[in-house]
Amino acid sequence: MKRFSWFNATALTLGFAFLYMPMIILVIYSFNASKLVTVWAGFSTQWYGELFRNEEFLNAAWVTIKVAVMSSSIATVLGTMAALVLVRAGRFSGRTLFSGMIYAPLVMPEVITGLSLLLLFIGIGLDRGVLTIVLAHTTFSMCYVSVVVSSRLVSFDQSLEEAALDLGCSAFEAFRLVTLPIIAPAVISGWLLAFTLSLDDLVIASFTTGPSATTLPIKIFSAVRLGVSPEINALSTIMIAIVTIGVITASLVTKQAAVRQARDARMAERPA
Amino acid sequence: MRRAVLILIPYLWLVALFLIPFVIVLKIALSDVALARPPYMPQLDFTGGWAAIRNFLTGLDFENFVFLTSDDLYWKAYLSSLQIAALSTLLTLFVGYPIAYAMARSAPEWRPTLLMLVILPFWTSFLIRVYAWMGILSNEGLLNQFLLWTGIINEPLTILNTNTAVYIGIVYTYLPFMILPIYSALERMDDSLLEAAEDLGCSRLSAFWLVTIPLSKNGIIAGCFLVFIPVIGEFVIPSLLGGSGTLMIGKVLWEEFFSNRDWPVASAVAVILLLILVIPIILFQRNEQKQREAEG
Repeated sequence: MKRFSWFNATALTLGFAFLYMPMIILVIYSFNASKLVTVWAGFSTQWYGELFRNEEFLNAAWVTIKVAVMSSSIATVLGTMAALVLVRAGRFSGRTLFSGMIYAPLVMPEVITGLSLLLLFIGIGLDRGVLTIVLAHTTFSMCYVSVVVSSRLVSFDQSLEEAALDLGCSAFEAFRLVTLPIIAPAVISGWLLAFTLSLDDLVIASFTTGPSATTLPIKIFSAVRLGVSPEINALSTIMIAIVTIGVITASLVTKQAAVRQARDARMAERPA
Repeated sequence: MRRAVLILIPYLWLVALFLIPFVIVLKIALSDVALARPPYMPQLDFTGGWAAIRNFLTGLDFENFVFLTSDDLYWKAYLSSLQIAALSTLLTLFVGYPIAYAMARSAPEWRPTLLMLVILPFWTSFLIRVYAWMGILSNEGLLNQFLLWTGIINEPLTILNTNTAVYIGIVYTYLPFMILPIYSALERMDDSLLEAAEDLGCSRLSAFWLVTIPLSKNGIIAGCFLVFIPVIGEFVIPSLLGGSGTLMIGKVLWEEFFSNRDWPVASAVAVILLLILVIPIILFQRNEQKQREAEG
């Protein structure tokens, strides 16, 4: 631990400065009074005011949240089912294709996923809008959910579920009462991952949307293409704040759960 | 019965929204430019049985792929995507390794916090993280202001809208993907191996080369693939930070589709991009599998 400690301290300081400086600068400049984003002209919250008066941004934010909630919820159900199939269902014909279709979207470039879904939607004559974005987001995020959930299912002790079945549970009850509570942390983090992926996606949403539905990333992208704007800085600050609070809360909750679980395990081991 | 339902629901979803769209891309890439121009008509009629499929197969032509080879824009874009991806992977490795190393050597009670600090930016919007650099790298940006103030330079450097900005953006946004696998390899390393190497007469530097680097090899390989593969098809970074001279295939595909509205060519570009990606993806999976087998 003592070796190279000066080197380690420098690496960590520079590394985290690199990771965080751009975002800190963004946050600071969102409170800049000047329209010129690079010149500091005193503290002001006017850009936040303008942001909240901007109908287009508010609408886009609403569309984005709607899409994210719907797609991540459907993706969590489908992804959990897919994980159960991958881990539990054993052999069935087409299994290789199935696991291929689960893993392929994870490495597929977004431009290709977006293009192919758009061509499908046009081919079957589906009007592009919120529905098509939800379908697109559900498809790629269910794969992420199933990877997260199946890694938890692999370490799950199946004899617990067998015990429940022996004690008279139906298969669904055994799943609901035994399996689901145990894999719940993975299911929840799968949902969170799907939610952020949807919130964040520009490329696939741009391909699959129509004129009726503009999401926040599409709006931000078209605004920043023209250059840096103070309103976008304010919007970014709000999004960074939400994510930071969310991640810190989630890590505190999981830490608490781990402590509780360790305590329960100790209690269980103690001879009666 | 219940098992069949459980399998069928996600299965059919993926077939309908992943496999079939992909077949459509392939089909359009192989179809005539005139026929596939918007409004595009679905040309494969599944109800027609084998005759329709045979008709469909004989109707294929490789005109669009021939077109791709005839215009050197596409070759240059593929090559420069690969080149940018390779160089930025190396840069990310050089930046990420010391951070992962320092994290693995820090006091154990600090590690969860450091890990969270690495993961946190990953949850923040990708678009915002790229956008943050636009204000820093522009001609009147903070970096130039700082360098002018220190007197290192006399006139602002042009960084934004060049490949340099693209490299900075890639290293910045993909850094967590490099740090995490290297960290997890280094964290498992047994410190007594280093002590043994030093007892046997290695200098610290040669112990690092002969012990630490080989033991973190799998982490390095995994990290490099995790950066290299997605960067090849990257769109947001080259279009916000890159300039007109930045050729990346993701951007070319986007423009082919949205600006030129040439769907068959966009589809052909996508098919070749996938073929290029297959090799690193297979290598990556083989590496992962080898690692899993080694562990148990």
